[in-house]
Amino acid sequence: MSDSRLPTKSIAKSPTGISGFDDLTLGGLPTGRPTLVCGTAGCGKTLFAATFLVHGARELGEPGVFVSFEERPSDIVDNVASLGFDLEALIESEKVIIEHIAVDPSEVAEIGDFDLEGLFLRLELAIDTIGAKRVVLDTIESLFSAFTNQAVLRAEIRRLFDWLKDRGLTTVITGERGDGALTRQGLEEYVSDCVLLLDHRVQNQISTRRLRIVKYRGSSHGTNEYPFLIDQGGFSVLPVSSLGLNHRVLDERVSTGVHDLDAMIGGGGFHRGSSILISGVAGSGKSSLAASFVDTACKAGQRAVFFSFEESEDQTVRNMRSLGIDLGEHLAAGRMKYVAARPTFYSLEMHLALMLREAMAFRPDIFVLDPLSAFTETGNRSEVHAMLLRIVDFLKSEGITGVLTHLTQNGQTVIETDSGLSSLMDAWILLLNRESNGEFNRELYLLKARGLSHSNQVREFVMDSDGIRLMLPYMGQGKALTGAARRVAEAQERRQERLREIEAEKAQHLIEQRRRRTLAQIEILRSELEADEAELRGLVETETDRRTQIETDEAEMRQSRGKR
Amino acid sequence: MSTEDAPTRKLILYVAGETPKSLAAISNLERICREHLPGKYRIEVIDLKKNPQLAREHKIVAIPTLVRELPIPIRKIIGDLSDEQKVLVNLKVE
Repeated sequence: MSDSRLPTKSIAKSPTGISGFDDLTLGGLPTGRPTLVCGTAGCGKTLFAATFLVHGARELGEPGVFVSFEERPSDIVDNVASLGFDLEALIESEKVIIEHIAVDPSEVAEIGDFDLEGLFLRLELAIDTIGAKRVVLDTIESLFSAFTNQAVLRAEIRRLFDWLKDRGLTTVITGERGDGALTRQGLEEYVSDCVLLLDHRVQNQISTRRLRIVKYRGSSHGTNEYPFLIDQGGFSVLPVSSLGLNHRVLDERVSTGVHDLDAMIGGGGFHRGSSILISGVAGSGKSSLAASFVDTACKAGQRAVFFSFEESEDQTVRNMRSLGIDLGEHLAAGRMKYVAARPTFYSLEMHLALMLREAMAFRPDIFVLDPLSAFTETGNRSEVHAMLLRIVDFLKSEGITGVLTHLTQNGQTVIETDSGLSSLMDAWILLLNRESNGEFNRELYLLKARGLSHSNQVREFVMDSDGIRLMLPYMGQGKALTGAARRVAEAQERRQERLREIEAEKAQHLIEQRRRRTLAQIEILRSELEADEAELRGLVETETDRRTQIETDEAEMRQSRGKR
Repeated sequence: MSTEDAPTRKLILYVAGETPKSLAAISNLERICREHLPGKYRIEVIDLKKNPQLAREHKIVAIPTLVRELPIPIRKIIGDLSDEQKVLVNLKVE
């Protein structure tokens, strides 16, 4: 709730301690004024009133008087104990008084004029005894069945409201709903400053409690019908409609837990706080992919909440172990919370309310809903769409990454079916299960990823004990193949490659041979050349020797002739 | 009348202060008892303004309230007792 909606300081308000309700009314019930809580039988009027009283007495130091016209004090104590309130202790410590005002019409006769001064005196005594600030009247119209003179009663009840107002008591009056009017007597709603209508509606055999603020003098308030819940945690109203589109945007990335999938997205993973839809036919691995998100987040020390409408906690833990994902460890460490419920257990509104309440209490980083399609059977499409919108708005406003799975039926045109969901989602992972060549192959396609560059490939999706992997597609010969076809094609390619390799080796061999042969020939020629050169050198030497010999011989001859 | 031997029984009239209704109830009751039931009933008037805890103890809501505890069942008559016949009917004496 944004404080900007709060008007300039209007009337004083008393918190009821009912989570959600105090937000809706911007503070609680009007202080010192009467509030009417009306509704049909069994819609939680008394528990609302009791919560208001106990909260005041316990938390705010405002003692209270519970005036019961119907139930006996011991019954009230027992009833509110189911909400976790120890009324007995509050009565002992004089913070609460239960005043039981019972009128049995069978033993009373009316003769002449009377008033209800006895009621006033008893109330006054109780209020003064503990210094009460809060009063509950449950259910004042019981008086109408006890007395026949209605004119006197109406006047007296008016006087009672004025009296309570004059004393500045914050009062909650409960009233049974009448035909066409808020109360049977049509009186209380006019004298009350604030009127709340509780409702208990059954649709498709599933009941939902709803609360609406009909009027609130002097204050703005939420006007919608809000689902509310009564359980061990007390009374809580869930203002799920009060969300908008003004959430923060985060640049941080979250890993999908599948390395290959992260690699398909530019930047490595989806934006934190984005809503990711995983849709696919039965058995295409939606839950496993979602579990992978959770596993990665938890391993990184983040928190995750997993809502399953198909499988129990133990079943999921066991199943994911086969993928090498140990969710049990995260659950034990308190980083993960698993909530399992059948879709038919509550109405759509209530499921939504419960999920948001869990999420608010647990404050997760990852929110998994598996599967969303479970709801399409309990509600119509527009309702599911509205619910999804609220979930997405909530998750965004809290910066929680949402992972929602959606089961598409075989044969449906996927994109048509999910058109309503698509616009809400930031990312959409499509899991296909395609039959070809006598086998089914899982395939993954990143249909959409807002604000992220992503691969346009259809990748084969393989799950085994090592986790989830995406196979690189076979991309040869102008087509992408998967499964056995991919393997065959790859094998073929490998064989051809081998052949080419062998060919090349052969050719290399030949060339080498030729090279060696050539080298050998060069060697031979070189040695021949060397031999020739040696011979030539020999010839030159002999010639030189011969010339020298001739010259020596001639000189000797000349010498010998001269001497003679 | 056989009731003449019956013992005196107590009638308690609860009022709150000296309001016109209370005073009317007291005088009406006294008159009825005097005229129709002499000696049968003893009247006790309790002002709850002075003892509010008695309202709780005796489960009084409307004022004035006349309580006849005996004979059982307990009979409560509320109002200013302005209708003499009705009072007598409710006290089961004719």
